[in-house]
Amino acid sequence: MLQMNNVSKTYRTDTVETHALREFSLTVAEGEFVSVTGPSGSGKTTFLNIAGLLEDLTGGTYELDGRDISKLNDNQRSKVRNEKIGFIFQSFNLIPELNIFDNVDVPLRYRGFKAAERKKRIEDSLEMVGLASRLEHMPAQLSGGQQQRVAIARALAGEPRFLLADEPTGNLDTNMADSVLDLLAEINSTGTTIIMVTHEMTLATRARRNIFVRDGSVSDGPRNSHLAAVAS
Amino acid sequence: MFRYYLRLGVLSIKANPALSALMVAAIGVGIGACMTIVTIHYIMSGNPIPEKSDQLHHVRVDSWDPNEAYDEPNEPPEQLTYLDATALYEAGRATRQVISFRSSRVVEPAGEDTKPFQRDTRATTTEFFAMFNVPFRYGAAWDRSADAGNERVVVINESLNEQLFGGQDSVGKMLTLTGESYRIVGVLDYWAPVPMFYDLNNNEYGDPASIFLPFSVAIAGEHDSSGNTNCWKPIPDGGIEAFRNSECVWIQMWAELNSEAERQSYLQFLDAYVEQQKMVGRFPRPLNNRIDDVAAWMDYNEVVDEDVGVLLGLAILFLVVCLLNTIGLLLAKVMRRAKDMSLRRALGASKAALFAQNIVEASIIGLAGGLLGVLMTWLGLRGIENLFSTFEFITKLVQMDWVMIIAAVVLAILSALAAAIYPTWRACNVTPATQLRIQ
Repeated sequence: MLQMNNVSKTYRTDTVETHALREFSLTVAEGEFVSVTGPSGSGKTTFLNIAGLLEDLTGGTYELDGRDISKLNDNQRSKVRNEKIGFIFQSFNLIPELNIFDNVDVPLRYRGFKAAERKKRIEDSLEMVGLASRLEHMPAQLSGGQQQRVAIARALAGEPRFLLADEPTGNLDTNMADSVLDLLAEINSTGTTIIMVTHEMTLATRARRNIFVRDGSVSDGPRNSHLAAVAS
Repeated sequence: MFRYYLRLGVLSIKANPALSALMVAAIGVGIGACMTIVTIHYIMSGNPIPEKSDQLHHVRVDSWDPNEAYDEPNEPPEQLTYLDATALYEAGRATRQVISFRSSRVVEPAGEDTKPFQRDTRATTTEFFAMFNVPFRYGAAWDRSADAGNERVVVINESLNEQLFGGQDSVGKMLTLTGESYRIVGVLDYWAPVPMFYDLNNNEYGDPASIFLPFSVAIAGEHDSSGNTNCWKPIPDGGIEAFRNSECVWIQMWAELNSEAERQSYLQFLDAYVEQQKMVGRFPRPLNNRIDDVAAWMDYNEVVDEDVGVLLGLAILFLVVCLLNTIGLLLAKVMRRAKDMSLRRALGASKAALFAQNIVEASIIGLAGGLLGVLMTWLGLRGIENLFSTFEFITKLVQMDWVMIIAAVVLAILSALAAAIYPTWRACNVTPATQLRIQ
């Protein structure tokens, strides 16, 4: 379970102080598929970064599976990221020098799996996203949709409890976006918790629950009307 | 993980060939310049007899002018008078003792085809060979009876043996030197200590003598010294006998002393000897006797030229400049790869893991720079050899042995690691969220 209570995040420069999150509270239960929507600059990506332990929070508490994240050191945070969290980014973020097999291999290397175990997991996850025949391909040889599928395979290979997706279809055309969302739904059906940040309301309807973020806080008002409008 | 990091390092270098080549070149040139001078310094200051350098002691007694020290501030002469050398030698108070001087003879080959030629000789006593661990190819040193009985025997070096006897075992054969016949009792194996520590008064980077013969034979045969001779009193008339009884110093003496107790005892013996000589009107200066081991003796003689020290400093500065350039290049590379590092952080790499990955990559660059540095060092040494080719000893100073090759590579890797620390620290501390957020 992911639980944030009154989380705040402030960015400071010499002259400017920006409050990206204010008293942000959210609980995501095991197996949920949650979409996070909101206007640009509302704080949804900041929320995802904190949820994914990529950024520290300024105030409040954040517990992941009952562990207070703020008390973990760098090694412990890296271990949690590696074992419990999978990331899917808008721009795929594959490493261009590595082939598909090696890209999916990256998180497994840091996990310390033996070669045989890594190979099996890589092949299984690429099989799941329909790219088992492209092991030796380089990222540049794949379409955008295929690259995002590789990124999903990379996120899944470590069998994470939480999948954090930041605008996963932002760089894809409609057909490819649909197939990626179908894949995410399939993954969620196996019990993996998914939190997806998107600014497209039509995509948000694919999730079982939607969180609307405005001015760094969870907001109830516009969410329902937006979704209702999209659904109708 | 090391093999994984190694592979990532190679891939990264391939992905940035120009930057990587620049870094390798910066390290290679810096190492080359530095190691060229370090090699010369290393050869000049090397221990020529490490197995017993602390047991061998150069002997000095202050028989010099009462009004002026031999050398400032209060150094005794570097060599001994004939009177003192023979007296101290005959006393036999050290484990081994050797007296010697440099001379030369004309070698007269047996056949008519070869013209006579001159060669350096060293008149010495039999323990010279055992004391300085001189290797023999054939035969052995002459024995004590040859020293005592003025036997005309010689030990020749392998080069002369090759020239005269084609490298065959010449022990027992006769050799004519300036009209006198000598029986060869031993042939040396290759032996060329650098520097020539046992005679720093006469060209410390020269070659050892080709011919070694008994001190007593040289004295009886009135062989002139071709080494340095210093006198503080006019030599009285009376020819060679007067010279030998004069206060001129021209003979070197070494004593093998194996413990601090032996050293103290030998110094006391020297002091007692000088006190005794004072009673017969010699040694007008206060007691000032010295025994210096090999390192101290080389240090006193300033075997390493001061200019080499200055050059060494400049070469190290140049290496530092090259490393600063490498740091800049590595920083540029890290900035390019910030997204890659951030992604790895997001996928579970700890800062330590990223640090290790970058350090391994820097080591690969350092290794390549080191190999280039070895080549540059070799070229640098050849350049110096050509530039100073008129000096015969220069070839001895521009030799690169395995120690220096390994040192060059290790120094390059360490330099690359030093240069990589700051950029790697920056790489490990990138904020993943910032780099990965591309909307």
